[in-house]
Amino acid sequence: MSRRSSGTRDPADAAPLFAALGDATRLALLDRLGAGGPQSITRLTAGSSVTRQAITKHLHILADAGLVHDSRRGRERIWTLDTKRLDEARRSLDQIAQQWDAALGRLKMFVEDEQESAPTTDSDALQRERNQP
Amino acid sequence: MSMDRIEKTIVLHAPRSRVWRALSQAKEFGAWFGLALEGDFAPGARLTGRLTTPGHEHLTLEITVERVEPEHLLSYRWHPYAIEPGVDYASEPTTLVEFQLADVADGTQLTVVESGFEGIPLARRAIAFRMNDQGWAEQLTHIARYVAT
Repeated sequence: MSRRSSGTRDPADAAPLFAALGDATRLALLDRLGAGGPQSITRLTAGSSVTRQAITKHLHILADAGLVHDSRRGRERIWTLDTKRLDEARRSLDQIAQQWDAALGRLKMFVEDEQESAPTTDSDALQRERNQP
Repeated sequence: MSMDRIEKTIVLHAPRSRVWRALSQAKEFGAWFGLALEGDFAPGARLTGRLTTPGHEHLTLEITVERVEPEHLLSYRWHPYAIEPGVDYASEPTTLVEFQLADVADGTQLTVVESGFEGIPLARRAIAFRMNDQGWAEQLTHIARYVAT
């Protein structure tokens, strides 16, 4: 299992990514950047109960994980969402989802094959199944 | 954006009682999942089974059953990536797997929800995601072949 295929990141790379995502405030920030596009801390803080200082800290954690980056525009710093890393995180969860797809596919074969091979008609089989305790 | 749960829905062209049996009887569950599982799915029960795929027989999965509502709902907890030999997973958080059944016109609708990934130690998640990509794909091919014969 130590195969290292191309495009597979070292596990150590993924850990900070999930740590960065494991926080409600940071997930909310990502949502806002995703929905509202690149924006300043002033705008990100507006309407939030979290202080500007705390938002700044969270943004830096997200930046360290490669999820956002900032650039200077005049006197302000503008924060932008980097979707590439988010896609990677989602892909990780997708892999488990795919396992479920495969497992459910096998379950489907398992329960449906029996129906087809039953010597009685479908409705008979259905009735018999329903009558079981 | 949820990083915490996976939800899947499938329609099975089989009666609810048949689907329930495939889920709730350990032997049948193991047959399609690829696990040598014994015992009964009863609330609080702990079932241990060895994976049956060639090359993975040294790996065991432990399932702790939570809710059993016949032909309606089955849920259990497990360590989603308890795959490294010699590691004691007992103290680590588990994910919750829930199967829900409902009647539909042409059979049974099954919904599976696995939740709680946020609680899994990050390093393990990272490793496991990678393991899944490589180990499971191979394993599933074997199982598909077995079921089809």
